[in-house]
Amino acid sequence: MNTKLQSIPDAMGRFGLFGGRYVPETLIEALNELTTEYEKACKDEAFQQEFHRYLNEYVGRPSRLYFAERLTKEAGGAKILLKREDLNHTGAHKINNSIGQALLAKRMGKKRIIAETGAGQHGVATATACALFNFPCRVYMGEEDIRRQKLNVFKMQAMGAEVCPVTTGSRTLRDAVNEAMRDWMSTVGDTHYIIGSAVGPHPFPWIVRDFQSVIGKESREQCIAQTGKLPKVVVASVGGGSNAAGMFFPFIHDKDVEIVGVEAGGRGPKPGGNAATLSHGAPGILHGAFSYVLQDADGQTADVHSVSAGLDYPGVGPEHSYWKDSGRVKYTQVNDEEALAGFDLCSKLEGVLPALETAHAVVEAMRIASKLSKDDVVLVCFSGRGDKDCYEIARVTGESLE
Amino acid sequence: MNAIDTAFESLKTGNKKAFIPFIAAGDPDLESTKELVKTLAKNGATVIEIGFPYSDPIADGPVIQAAYTRALNKGLKIENIFKAIAEVSLDLEKEKIRVPFVAMVSMSIIHRFGKEKFIAECLKGGFSGLIIPDLPVEESLEISKDLKKAALSLILLVTPNTPKERALLILSACSGFVYCVSVSGITGERDKIPEELLTNLAWLRKQTPLPLCVGFGISKPEHAKVLRDHADGVIVGSAIVKHIETAEKAGLPAVKIAIANLAGSLVTALNS
Repeated sequence: MNTKLQSIPDAMGRFGLFGGRYVPETLIEALNELTTEYEKACKDEAFQQEFHRYLNEYVGRPSRLYFAERLTKEAGGAKILLKREDLNHTGAHKINNSIGQALLAKRMGKKRIIAETGAGQHGVATATACALFNFPCRVYMGEEDIRRQKLNVFKMQAMGAEVCPVTTGSRTLRDAVNEAMRDWMSTVGDTHYIIGSAVGPHPFPWIVRDFQSVIGKESREQCIAQTGKLPKVVVASVGGGSNAAGMFFPFIHDKDVEIVGVEAGGRGPKPGGNAATLSHGAPGILHGAFSYVLQDADGQTADVHSVSAGLDYPGVGPEHSYWKDSGRVKYTQVNDEEALAGFDLCSKLEGVLPALETAHAVVEAMRIASKLSKDDVVLVCFSGRGDKDCYEIARVTGESLE
Repeated sequence: MNAIDTAFESLKTGNKKAFIPFIAAGDPDLESTKELVKTLAKNGATVIEIGFPYSDPIADGPVIQAAYTRALNKGLKIENIFKAIAEVSLDLEKEKIRVPFVAMVSMSIIHRFGKEKFIAECLKGGFSGLIIPDLPVEESLEISKDLKKAALSLILLVTPNTPKERALLILSACSGFVYCVSVSGITGERDKIPEELLTNLAWLRKQTPLPLCVGFGISKPEHAKVLRDHADGVIVGSAIVKHIETAEKAGLPAVKIAIANLAGSLVTALNS
C-alpha cells in the first residue's frame, strides 16, 4: 500500500492520475480564479473563523457522535458509532459545503449562485445558504427528480430559489450537472457554481472535500474522547463521494484505521442496474475530471440505477479513484433490497430514519461489525435523515402516502 | 502539407474567406450524414466539422445536444462514423472534390476508444484535424505530440475571457486554424456580433499567422458580412443542425436544398 498519499492536488489539479480539468476554455479563467481565491481563503484565519462560526451557530455543529447500542447488539460484534450529520440544519451533510462555497462566492464578489441537485438535498442546502447570504439562486434539477422530490422543490422555492427543470437526457442528476455547467459558461463573470459533490474540474473536488472534512475531524476527536481510541473501521456511502471524502480524509494517514466506501449495488452487477462506479467502472472522463466512470466502450456515459437518488450517479470524485488505486480505501457495495432493509432496521432499532444513501453505509457497517470483537469500534457517517425518501420507500414497498 | 493548411492557402490566393459548416454524425442516420457532407462539400464548404455525438456535451446548446441525443438513441457507434466518413472521402475523391474534415470530439470518447486507435481511424477515415472542446491547452500537450506525428491539426479555442498571456500559449499549441469563440457561453444561434469580438480578432491577428475562424452564434449572412473584414472564416453549426432536425418530417431532399441555400447565402456574404 502506498503510504505517502497526496493530501492536496498537484499543480495540474490531480490526485495521482486522477482529477485535472476537462472543460471548455470558457470556464478555465473562472476555475483559475477560484483556485487562487481558495488558496488564499485556506490561509486566511478570518475566513476559517467565519466558516466555523456559521457551522456552529447556524448549522448546529459539532454534530453528535452517537453509540448505536441496539444496532451494535443486532450486529453482534464491534461497537457501532454514528456520526449524526442528519442532525445538521437541513438534515444532511450537504450544508457544510454550501455554506463554505457561498462564503467563498461572497469573498470573490460574485453576484449570483447556481447549483445542481439530484434528490434535492444539495439544492435545499444551497438555497438555504443563498437565503442566508442574500444571493439570487438558481437550482437545476432533472424533471424526473422534480416529480420524485416535490417537497424539496417546495422548500427551495420557499427560500427564494428558482428551480429550473432539466428536460434533457435522463432528466436526473447527471443532466442537471450538464445544465448547470452550461449556465456557468454564459454567466461565468458574475456567477459562482456551487457543485454539490467532490466531483467536477479542479479545484472543486478539493474544495468540497475540505469543507466536508469537518465531519472526519470532529468524528476523530469525538471517537477518541468517547472510546479512548481511534476506530478500527470508518464507513461511508459513496455516490459522487462528498460525505465519504469529508469523513475519510482526516483518517487517511492513520495507518491502523481501515476505511470502507459503500457504493450503490442497485439491482445487481449488470450494466445499467447499479451505480457502483468504482466497483464496475473504469478510468475515464466525466463532468470535467478524469476518474472512474460508468461508460460504454465508446466513452458514452452509461445509464445507472439506485433506489437512492443521491447515489444514482455514473461518476465519482477523483480523490476516491486515487484512494482506490492506492489501496488505501476499500470500496464495497450494498444493493437496493439490503439498503431498504437497513432503513427499516435502523428506524425500528434506533428510532432514527436514515436517508437511503445513509442506509447503505449502515448495512455495510453492521456486516463489518459482526466480524469484529466487541472492543473494536466501527464509525459510520450517518450522512442524512430519511424524511425525503419516505415517499419513494412507500412507493417501492407498495404503500402510498398520498 | 496538411489538407487544412492547403485549403486556407488556396483561399488566400483567391482572397476568399472560409465557410466551415458543422454537422452531427448519425443525425438522423449515417446514410443521411454522408449525403449532407456531400451537399456541403459541393456548396462551398472550405472545411467540414463532423461532430461525434457524446452523451454529455457541456459546451453545446440545446440544438446540437438534441442532434447528439437523436443519433445516440439509434445506437450510433464511433467506428461506424469513421466508416461512413471514409466512404464519403472516397466518393468525393472520385469527383475530384477536396474538402478536409475535422473531427469535433470529446476527450471522453477519445480516451475510452483509445487515443492511438482513434488517431489511426482518423487517418483512415480521411480526417485532417481534431477539435477537442473539453481539452484545455494544459491537458493537450500529450495528444498534441501524437497528432503532430500523424500530421493531424489540433484546432484550439480562444474565448472572450481568455487572458492575453494564455491566448499566446494556446496559439503556440494550435494548428490548422484558430477557433475564435464569439461569446462566453454555449453553441447556438444569436442575433448580434459583439463589438468586443472585433477588438479581440484584431489583437489575435497581430499574434499569429494562423487563420482566424469565428464560431458560436454565427447563423446569418449578415454575421458573415460583418466578420469577413475581421476574420478568415466562419463556423456555422446550430443553424445547419436545425434544418437537419426537420429531416424526418420534411424528408432528406428538402433538407439538402435548405442547407445548400444556407451555404450558398453564407458563402456569397463572405466573398461578395
